[in-house]
Amino acid sequence: MLNVYNILETIRMIQDECLDIRTITMGISLLDCIDTDIDKACEKVYNKIVSKAGNLVAVGQRIEKEYGIPIVNKRISVTPIAMLAAACPNENPVKFAKALQRAADTCGVNFIGGYSALVHKGFSAGDEALIRSIPEALDVTQNICSSVNIGSTKSGINMDAVKLMGEIVKETAERTADRDCIGAAKLVVFCNAVEDNPFMAGAFHGVGEPDCEIHVGVSGPGVVRAALSKYPDASINELADIIKKTAFKITRMGQLVGARASELLGVPFGIVDLSLAPTPAVGDSVAHILEEMGLEMCGTHGTTACLAMLNDAVKKGGVMASSTVGGLSGAFIPVSEDAGMIDAAVAGILSLEKLEAMTAVCSVGLDMIVIPGETSPETISAIIADEAAIGMVNTKTTAVRVIPAVGKKEGEMLEFGGLLGSGPVMSVKDKSPAKFINRGGRIPAPMHSLKN
Amino acid sequence: MRAVITVIGKDNVGILHKVSGVCSEKGVNVIEVTQSVLQDMFAMIMLVDISGMTADFAELVDEMANLGEKLGLSIHTMHEDIFNSMHNI
Repeated sequence: MLNVYNILETIRMIQDECLDIRTITMGISLLDCIDTDIDKACEKVYNKIVSKAGNLVAVGQRIEKEYGIPIVNKRISVTPIAMLAAACPNENPVKFAKALQRAADTCGVNFIGGYSALVHKGFSAGDEALIRSIPEALDVTQNICSSVNIGSTKSGINMDAVKLMGEIVKETAERTADRDCIGAAKLVVFCNAVEDNPFMAGAFHGVGEPDCEIHVGVSGPGVVRAALSKYPDASINELADIIKKTAFKITRMGQLVGARASELLGVPFGIVDLSLAPTPAVGDSVAHILEEMGLEMCGTHGTTACLAMLNDAVKKGGVMASSTVGGLSGAFIPVSEDAGMIDAAVAGILSLEKLEAMTAVCSVGLDMIVIPGETSPETISAIIADEAAIGMVNTKTTAVRVIPAVGKKEGEMLEFGGLLGSGPVMSVKDKSPAKFINRGGRIPAPMHSLKN
Repeated sequence: MRAVITVIGKDNVGILHKVSGVCSEKGVNVIEVTQSVLQDMFAMIMLVDISGMTADFAELVDEMANLGEKLGLSIHTMHEDIFNSMHNI
């Protein structure tokens, strides 16, 4: 039964508290596009994406109208392109990136993710060529995102890939230095990457997924913060209950939109990702939720505990609201995309070390962090290795998306604009981890990977 | 198929008339209306049946929003499913 209070609550969430559906993402398998002739393969890729997702944006807009809720992004994730590049050993994989860009332009989507390679145990055919082509691919395209999985709980951490990715991240930033190093903001390095993630830059369509499906990523940090602000004297377990109830409502909206999109597009419904994804807009910040819980500023002592509680409560509330929860599902903490995180980083309260600790208890990892342009590739590799170790040992997804700000030093700002926001250049240690990184090899999988 | 039209803003002469006028133009049947005026703030929620609607749902949404703009009110038209799924288990 409808009641007036509920109706007004929904409208207030959307109008005043920035509630939106962050993304509907169509996952498309490109395994049937593999061809030894790269030009033919690219043509098949383009045709398949356009035939499946040609309608995606229009359907998204129709659902926005029906339910009165903004759907901020319409995106596509595809099979890791390294698998297609493997069939064309002497060709430049960037041709695939250009074909994806063409498809993105035709479909009108915001991003296509999947210029990716999965190398957690080693490089197979196509993987290394694809990884080495990432800087060029992200330079010559605008709407393509890239990710590389370099470790997993089951297989350990591929330190050769970690070393290579330090160089690739740096080169990607340098190639796009004239555009605020935007290339590096579209590249993420994972441990325990998930196959059904609808969020960028890490979305790709895993090989275990169906031919085509639709995922939904919800948002709503503003709604959670507003709900908490009504209970200034509640105990922590009461706060956890409020967050659970709010997450339930947010997720139900995601479930509804996903089911409707699946019906209109005629493709199966994949998952709802429960992540609380912030934006730089006022009132849409995860940091502000933590501050609402009682921290003077995000990043101070107590931040990890607050975040752990938030992350857990979001999952508990969300999981009952949807029959198919998946993706990354937790709270995101991208620094440049969150007004509260930006303020805390500028004030020097939120440091890289604190962020690393926070990633042990929330959904992903070191995300959208600007580091000095002169940071060495080995240091970037070591940041990746630290983060991957947290993911590997804790059986969770972790990721690194750092942006070396070419020509900028600690304390200066890098501005991306839009959803990517802006961030201060954060401090990194100046002692070298080069000898460790240059050893190569693989960090063995932890004891608890042997579950059988 | 039912939708919910909410109208919030400063009270004025003829709001109900104008909103229901658009409904009748588009073949939208008004099932239930609840409204309250607190001091000079007007809040109305209208439950309507859109199964016999002669226009596209998007058209109704836009036309209501335009009417709201003209009258200085905020008018939202949303499918009832969003409220049902969000607030009921």
